[in-house]
Amino acid sequence: MNQREIDEIKGLLKEVLPPVKEELRGDLWPSMVRRLDEGTVRIPWWDWALLAGASLLILLIPGVIPALLYHL
Amino acid sequence: MELLERFARGDLDAFESLFRQYQSLVFGWVLRIVRNRASAEELTLETFWRMYRARARFDVSRGNCAGWLRRIATNVALDYLRSAKVEVELAEDPPDRPKPDAVEQSEMRDAIARAVGRLSPRLRAAVLLALVEEEPYEDIAEALGISVNAVKVRVFRGVRILRKELEKTGVHA
Repeated sequence: MNQREIDEIKGLLKEVLPPVKEELRGDLWPSMVRRLDEGTVRIPWWDWALLAGASLLILLIPGVIPALLYHL
Repeated sequence: MELLERFARGDLDAFESLFRQYQSLVFGWVLRIVRNRASAEELTLETFWRMYRARARFDVSRGNCAGWLRRIATNVALDYLRSAKVEVELAEDPPDRPKPDAVEQSEMRDAIARAVGRLSPRLRAAVLLALVEEEPYEDIAEALGISVNAVKVRVFRGVRILRKELEKTGVHA
């Protein structure tokens, strides 16, 4: 295959798929902000409550630590 | 450079500045590969999302943010082409073009679009960027993460496959 054959295919392609000249119509930053918010790991409130409860239990009854570790 | 340093440290304002500065460039580049506006907008967001997550790995000393973004955008576009069987969108018929045989013309256009659609994403991207968009080979090489010679090889292989596919359907270049 030579350059002429490549140019022939190039001509056919450009006829069917002309070069893209479209511009971005609007600012995508608001969509990006939403995407960033979705990407942030959110910890549900009940996880915080569970952590607080476990911490309180350990403070009040240190003897439960082995039992907690066993269940981890 | 200061903007890039702030971005690499995770400064959201710096990221916003870079986003506004480069969103058109990324959108245009992705659109040239996937040739669909809605997908290109979505993939532009995915590109910046990946850029933001990889900010700590960005080499601020090189400072080539456009090149880095083009590389990420190309990977995002190729992932998209791999993940879905994407049809190649045809252009509208130019109004000033003579149509001796509309059916034959339409069949030829469909055959070419199908042949391009059958190329692997890597070959399709190289062929479209080099032959249709006439992007510099150096830019394509940087975006694909390969050498200029490797781009030429991909274009050559792509053209050879296209010729064979078109010959099978009776379209001769």
